[in-house]
Amino acid sequence: MSTVAVENTSDANLIANSGALAGAQVSLLKMQTKDLKVYYGDTAALHGVNLEILPNRVTALIGPSGCGKSTYIRCLNRMNDIIDTCRVEGSVLLDDEDIYGPDQDVVRLRTRIGMVFQKPNPFPKSIYDNVAYGPSIHGMASSKDELDDIVRESLTRAGLWDEVSDRLDASGTSLSGGQQQRLCIARAIAVKPEVILMDEPCSALDPIATARIEDLIFELKAQYTIVIVTHSMQQARRLSDKTAYFHLGKLIEHGDTERVFEDPQHESTRDYVMGRIG
Amino acid sequence: MTESKQHDLRFERRLAKRNRAEKRFRLFGKLAISLGLVFLGVLFLTIVKTGIDAFTQTRIALEVDIASHHFDAKDPSHPESLAAANYQGIIKSSLRKAFPDVKSRTEKKELYRLVSNGAAFDLRKAVGENPSLIGQRLMLWAIASDEVDLVVKGKVARTAPVEERRLSDRQMQWLMALESTGMVERRFNNTFFKGGDSREPELAGIAAAALGSLFSVLVCLALAFPIGVMSALYLEEFAPKNIWTEFIEVNINNLAAVPSIVFGLLGLAVFLNFFELPRSAPLVGGMVLALMTLPTIIIAGRASVKAVPPSVREAALALGASPLQTVFHHVLPLAMPGVLTGTIIGTARALGETAPLLMIGMVAFVVDLPKGILDPATALPVQVFLWADSPERAFTERTAAAILVLLAFTCLMNLAAVLLRKKYETRW
Repeated sequence: MSTVAVENTSDANLIANSGALAGAQVSLLKMQTKDLKVYYGDTAALHGVNLEILPNRVTALIGPSGCGKSTYIRCLNRMNDIIDTCRVEGSVLLDDEDIYGPDQDVVRLRTRIGMVFQKPNPFPKSIYDNVAYGPSIHGMASSKDELDDIVRESLTRAGLWDEVSDRLDASGTSLSGGQQQRLCIARAIAVKPEVILMDEPCSALDPIATARIEDLIFELKAQYTIVIVTHSMQQARRLSDKTAYFHLGKLIEHGDTERVFEDPQHESTRDYVMGRIG
Repeated sequence: MTESKQHDLRFERRLAKRNRAEKRFRLFGKLAISLGLVFLGVLFLTIVKTGIDAFTQTRIALEVDIASHHFDAKDPSHPESLAAANYQGIIKSSLRKAFPDVKSRTEKKELYRLVSNGAAFDLRKAVGENPSLIGQRLMLWAIASDEVDLVVKGKVARTAPVEERRLSDRQMQWLMALESTGMVERRFNNTFFKGGDSREPELAGIAAAALGSLFSVLVCLALAFPIGVMSALYLEEFAPKNIWTEFIEVNINNLAAVPSIVFGLLGLAVFLNFFELPRSAPLVGGMVLALMTLPTIIIAGRASVKAVPPSVREAALALGASPLQTVFHHVLPLAMPGVLTGTIIGTARALGETAPLLMIGMVAFVVDLPKGILDPATALPVQVFLWADSPERAFTERTAAAILVLLAFTCLMNLAAVLLRKKYETRW
């Protein structure tokens, strides 16, 4: 029995229904966590989270401060490895392969799963070098022209090309906050990942910059799987297809965004989305 | 109403007190800086005043007759003939010609002592480079002896008693006669910069010591900088945090405070006795200095690596950079200013250290200039130490001049490092 990850659900349905691959089990999930537990020293930060991430969808993780959503998202690309006291148990599957498996290459994993952080952190290099860094260390371009193309394409997709095309050698840190965050997104998509993780990407930005990035996320959905942590429920409602609600390290409820917000099943969820807590 | 008025008064009084304290603190700061500058100025002026005269050397003009009878009759330009000729005699005869009425043997001896022995060497060098000078008469600016030099520069009063002046009255008369005809001049002291050490002050130079210092510092940097930076990176970024790494950290901190002579003993025991490396060589001096400088560079390196914000590391790692790439492409360039500061401090100390170099034998009396890192050499601070010890009065100004050269060396090195640091800082 082989498993095949597909780009979007309609394709999956086609294959499943036509039975073209006899006996094949088609996976509809891009990523999945099974009983994921995280400990910082002796304290448990996540208690057994089971969540599915669908391909080419935006999955929003919401919940009050300290509920474990950042810890969760950092497990997805093993960024918690750099914290000495952090211990991870359970499994995290990318295309049905456990990324915490014994012979998994973390470096290769992170080329497939990119990350955008809460506070924009462009390298203190030129804009060009910021975007070109990932492709150049992975050998994705065999000539300067190819690299130029990748940089231009990434900046265009991030909606930043028009603003910076004439000053690509200006320092990345000389841009405004919103531009810096778009630069970080351009940098992340330059390595052509499959999944993009975003940890509260707009929380440090003004509403106009936020709106631009939300539009961008909407466009990126077509090509990437996106998981976004947000403390803004309006943002979750606007952007996401699926929503997961966390509270005190537990996954309380998850499902289609509409359903979670309109008809929450748990009291805790109801309190949060109605604005009574959080 | 009264309560709030009281409160205002209390507040006003406190505010005035705080403002006064602020002004006081700033004043102390300014005073401290001014005091520091004053001390620095005094120190500098004293050294310059003492040493500036060493940059000139008194010379006496002599008409020398390079008579062909001093050289081999058959092949005068043969190197042996050139080397063996009696240049001292040529100079002596030209002195006798300048003062024809000097007859007695004692008087002649006194006359000859006006000019340094080195004048003969200069003449030999000139003829050796240009043998066509044989048979010609020319004007030689002969180096004066150090006693004459001191009197002409005014370091010793002309009216001082003979024991102090070390020139007899007769010699003073001859000197004044030469001065009146313009045969005595103070010229730039080339010997000081080009020559090696000498027992005669007028022939003593710092070139051997300067080259020795240069070679030692280069070897020190070549060893200490890469090893220090790599160690700092490894200990800070890659090494696990356990009892062993704690132990290493404590020991490195302690080593930074160990007296430098202990490193000299280590160099003597290990590099000279065990590995049998050449004594007095800048290679060994550099290795000992490197051992001394390593703790400083490692400590400064670790501090500046620790100060690099984790956001840069996370950004690089999230892109799929390996830990090694993250450290070398992102962390190290940002930590460079701090690392370079540590290097400046370390090498400035290394340049001025005498004790460890004494232990490994760089206290030698070195006349020939070292050509490589394995030739015997001495170092500038050692040279200063040796000259300061010398009873000859003329060495006082040369010691001060050597200190000036050492300071100039240090300033140049610091300038280079500061420029490098600026280059890395702007990238931020």
